[in-house]
Amino acid sequence: MLNKLRQQSHYHLMLIPSIVLVFIFSYIPLYGLVIAFQKYNPGLGFNSPWVGWDNFAHVFNQPNFVRTIWNTLYMSVFKIIGGIFVPVLFALLLNEIAHRAVKRTFQTLVYIPNFLSWVIMAGILLDILSSDGIVNTFLGIFGIQPISFLGSPSLFPWTMIVSDIWKGFGFGTVVYLAALTSIDPGLYEAAMIDGAKRWKQTIYITLPLLMPTIVLMTVLSLGNVLNAGFDQIYNLYSPVVYQSGDIIDTYVYRLGIQQAQYSIGAAVGLFKSVISCIMVALSYILAYRVAGYRIF
Amino acid sequence: MIHDKSIERRLFHFFNYTILMLTSLLCILPFINLLAVSFSSSAAVSAGNVAFWPVNFTTKAYEFALDGGEFFPSLWIAVKRVVLGTAVNLILMVLTAYPLSKSKQKLSGRNVYMGFFIFTMLFNGGLIPTYLVVVKTGLIDSIWSLILPGALPVFSMVILMNFIKGLPEEIEESAVIDGASPLQILVRVLLPLLKPALATVGLFSIVGHWNSWFDGIIYMNDPANYPLQSYLQTLLLSFEQIMLKSGTDYTQLLSMMNARTGRAAQMFLGAIPILLVYPFLQKYFTKGLVLGSVKG
Repeated sequence: MLNKLRQQSHYHLMLIPSIVLVFIFSYIPLYGLVIAFQKYNPGLGFNSPWVGWDNFAHVFNQPNFVRTIWNTLYMSVFKIIGGIFVPVLFALLLNEIAHRAVKRTFQTLVYIPNFLSWVIMAGILLDILSSDGIVNTFLGIFGIQPISFLGSPSLFPWTMIVSDIWKGFGFGTVVYLAALTSIDPGLYEAAMIDGAKRWKQTIYITLPLLMPTIVLMTVLSLGNVLNAGFDQIYNLYSPVVYQSGDIIDTYVYRLGIQQAQYSIGAAVGLFKSVISCIMVALSYILAYRVAGYRIF
Repeated sequence: MIHDKSIERRLFHFFNYTILMLTSLLCILPFINLLAVSFSSSAAVSAGNVAFWPVNFTTKAYEFALDGGEFFPSLWIAVKRVVLGTAVNLILMVLTAYPLSKSKQKLSGRNVYMGFFIFTMLFNGGLIPTYLVVVKTGLIDSIWSLILPGALPVFSMVILMNFIKGLPEEIEESAVIDGASPLQILVRVLLPLLKPALATVGLFSIVGHWNSWFDGIIYMNDPANYPLQSYLQTLLLSFEQIMLKSGTDYTQLLSMMNARTGRAAQMFLGAIPILLVYPFLQKYFTKGLVLGSVKG
């Protein structure tokens, strides 16, 4: 046994730096979640006095907090649905184009926003959606009064949903297009001989063969159901739209970091982590069972 | 594809091209508008006259960005961060993925190590405890606070590990017979074979580090230490403040540029590096998706 360990000692040595860093920056914070049950005192750190479930009780009694859960679910669910529907449709339409260079050009154009940070995207959105920005100038041609896309509580969630789909659908398109090109062309030829029109071919060949990929992408996005997009919303929201735009993550940030209420912030974070963890684990299991995809 | 020249089919192609064209335009017109705004005079922008071509062409907004101010220092910090951060990521990923690619017979406790890393993907301490740990380690205001907490990107490491597993075992065995030491095997034999996988995960790291802005905001107390994206984030709130601080005559400055043109110029400058590496991103990001999966 010892001899064996000596023989493979170099492998264990290689792992040490990663283990140390992951321990410090992932496992100690995990232990640090104990402050969710404490009244955090900077001098005492993670050994602050215990208060049981008080922090949770406090936060769940805040009307503002319950509203963030609803807002989070509302926006993330519509983002997930649109984030599947739009790229599938776009990929199907793109796949009908025989010309490879044209296909590639479209794909290249829609994939760009995916790689830019939400800071830059927010800079663009703030500008084009402002009252004297290009969108409102364009709408003005038709006599429409300037619309406050980012300042109106009823419109804000939809501005977030649509702009999120806009930024991300290029990625999905690339994934679905890859799946579409791997479909055996012989199937279409056989269908054509049997007299099936293009529309029938799409329904009976393309969609069923695309299904595993659609299921996989859907299942993997389940883990994000409590992530309504901190980067996006933090950079675009304002107190005027808190009632419909404030999400769990932005709430934790304002409470925990800006107001330094560390224990309350950690309690909300723990609540979110537990649910997210269940969803992620579930999504991995489902992805394996349904689509045969596993990452470990 | 068999060509189908019926009226129906032609009509479909006409609408298909129209839809694809409009959607693609929706993805790039905002950027073109941003570029046009950044090169236009403040008066033209305020009057809503700028669409997709600069009006009263001026480079004032760019001169303002590049002449003094925080833009260049923060760009330098971002470059340092990307280089250091990607180097650390790559080294740790290789050092971790290589031993973990071995079977549990060859590496005792392999599955325990694996579980140790994977668990951090499922469950983490969240914002507040992680922040408190970084504060405790004394990394606040140091560039290492942006690098060490995410030193090992676990998902990328798993991609790399799966790639190494896919290499034929004989390559390593013959090197052992030739008397190569473990380190020689890793550096001389394995690394050259890993190039395509390293390019993929390396690009993940580069884009991730370049686009990160939130850690800069919370871990840097002094805005002078902000990397570019964190600095750009502050522009979203108030560009006027930055113009006021610049020391030039404010009214004179305002006659040539305003908050919108100034912000547009700096957002565009921040997007340039991503646009430059975009061809590689497009190639490798789809590959990463395929590399990362083990079918079965």
